Amino acid sequence: MWWVRALLWLALLIVLLALPLYLEAQWLRAGEYMMVGAVGAIGLTLLTGQAGQLSLAHAFFLLAGGTAYTVLAGGQEGERNLVGFNLPPLLALLGAVAITALLGIAFAPVAGRLRGIYLGVASLALVFLGLYFGQAAEGLTGGTSTGRAPEPFSLFGFEFSNEGDLEILGVPFRQSERVWYLFLGLLLIAFLLALGAVRSRVGRSWRAVRDNEAAAAVMGVSVARAKAGAFAVSSAYAGLAGVMTVLWFDILKPDESEFGTYGINVSIAFLAMVIIGGLGSVPGALVGAVVVNGLPQVLALYSTKLGWFTGTGEGAFTPVLISSFVYGAAIILVVLFEPGGLAAIGRRIAGRLSNPARGRE
Amino acid sequence: METFVQLVVNGFGKGAVFALLALGFVVIFKATEVVNFAHGSLVLFGGYLVVATRETLGWAGAAVLGVVSAGVLALLVERLLLSRSRLADPFSLALLTIGVDVIITEEIVRRLGVSLPFIGDAWDAQPVQVGGVTLFRTHLVAMVVATVLITAFFIAFRYSNWGVAMRAQAENKEAAALVGIRSSRVTATAWLVAGLLAGVAVLFIATQDFSGAGLSRGTHSIALAAFPAAILGGLDSTAGAIVGGLTVGLVDALSTHYVSFAFAKSAVFLVMLVVLVVRPSGLFGTRESTRV
Repeated sequence: MWWVRALLWLALLIVLLALPLYLEAQWLRAGEYMMVGAVGAIGLTLLTGQAGQLSLAHAFFLLAGGTAYTVLAGGQEGERNLVGFNLPPLLALLGAVAITALLGIAFAPVAGRLRGIYLGVASLALVFLGLYFGQAAEGLTGGTSTGRAPEPFSLFGFEFSNEGDLEILGVPFRQSERVWYLFLGLLLIAFLLALGAVRSRVGRSWRAVRDNEAAAAVMGVSVARAKAGAFAVSSAYAGLAGVMTVLWFDILKPDESEFGTYGINVSIAFLAMVIIGGLGSVPGALVGAVVVNGLPQVLALYSTKLGWFTGTGEGAFTPVLISSFVYGAAIILVVLFEPGGLAAIGRRIAGRLSNPARGRE
Repeated sequence: METFVQLVVNGFGKGAVFALLALGFVVIFKATEVVNFAHGSLVLFGGYLVVATRETLGWAGAAVLGVVSAGVLALLVERLLLSRSRLADPFSLALLTIGVDVIITEEIVRRLGVSLPFIGDAWDAQPVQVGGVTLFRTHLVAMVVATVLITAFFIAFRYSNWGVAMRAQAENKEAAALVGIRSSRVTATAWLVAGLLAGVAVLFIATQDFSGAGLSRGTHSIALAAFPAAILGGLDSTAGAIVGGLTVGLVDALSTHYVSFAFAKSAVFLVMLVVLVVRPSGLFGTRESTRV
């Protein structure tokens, strides 16, 4: 029944392509935020789900990618001592991805020696290093107080910003509409590459290492190389998500504490996405990102319409808080009742639909 | 010289508190092979109950209540969630504790709102003069309390029935079960002990002397430094937890003074990375060997 599945994916793609014609800008931005999460989550599900390496360092690579893009694409600013290379945005994006991949490889000597939980905690160290780097390297990041505006993305002269007038089918195409297609394109590339990796020799070597390192080595898989490769790929994905993050926020602003845009909470949110979606499942990572990154956005949009969460200050329930409760609980429920996550539920439903007799057994 | 003495005493004072937290991690890890990511939320929970009840119970009563309830919460997490999923591997259970941590932490931070209460009333901000050197009372009390608790723990661990049962289970779970050791009871007590230790630790962390910040999300971040402490020493070594805790405390105090406050947080983790590269299972941890 592969063609049914292919048709469903195609239908989803068409819907996603058509959405900017119907949705308002704020809803598009919510969707774009989900796509940012999805790209990062795909990277993490490859590393943690496929190769079995727990990582809490995703937020660090996000910061690294975002900073690399801003520095490579940005200009010199003498009065604030900002470093910039004025590269074309496309080159800067590719450069940022390459740099984060190299950072991932640089972490491999540590990662290769550690297993399971030791690795998870060791990777936590990177988030703290990132926090310090963001504050200390003001020439690159712009510092915690003001941050630094990234160069808007452009491709062969076409700007993904509010520049120029563009109208398609009577709908004005401004920044949110244009960025939607940019992010959709990036997500599509990320998604297809990940599917390819999972189904190929690379993915098989990752799963072999995950299931039993000794057995994998006996079968001729270079364990150290497979782990380093998984880290490089995963950090490259996080780097791309970092570029998307600064483009989405329209600013690169390092955090002042461990809790922020590139803090431990973000690493945990990405982990929540891949656990909810099902460890190792690429489509699952998409759904997880929709839940974890989408919920606060959608709640915020609805609440302004319906007048929820109007309380502020002490003891207020905010959309972000509610979403944290939801994904915290979702992690617990998934581990307790469905370790395969939503991907396993999806597989069971698909199995029942294609073979109704099996469901009644 | 005077500053150096102060720094070292600060370091050992902080280190004593980190040792309490790290010991909690290690006890849970030894009993169940689960790394408890919810430790920071236990710390917050104990501290929050002190804040909530100290007006009615007085500080001492509230402190006792806070410590006990942190222990009870840990026990509940184990009984209600972790013991229900015995088939799940330690890796998934560690992920589960992340979920627990998110929920408890967010709720307590919400309840605290903008207030950042200090909760070490009995010793906070009362400097002591010892031989011409001014020292923080919090750190001195922390060292005494930690020494007493840790000694008591090691005596119990070595000689009591619980300690023997616990070490047997850490050695070989099946064999321990075969000789009649109740695995569930050992595990539950391990969580209770870890929770109690976390409840004690917060009384020193959320003070002006220790962190200069009251009970808040920051307290949770400080408690995270117990991770490097436990990992440094080796996750399955109780003695390692003490050494790791003191190392983290010293590194924190020295790098805050000689480099910067912002760097100190990452310095602790840097030291952990260096140790892990040289000794992947920590200083005193058991090396994992693979049998084919």
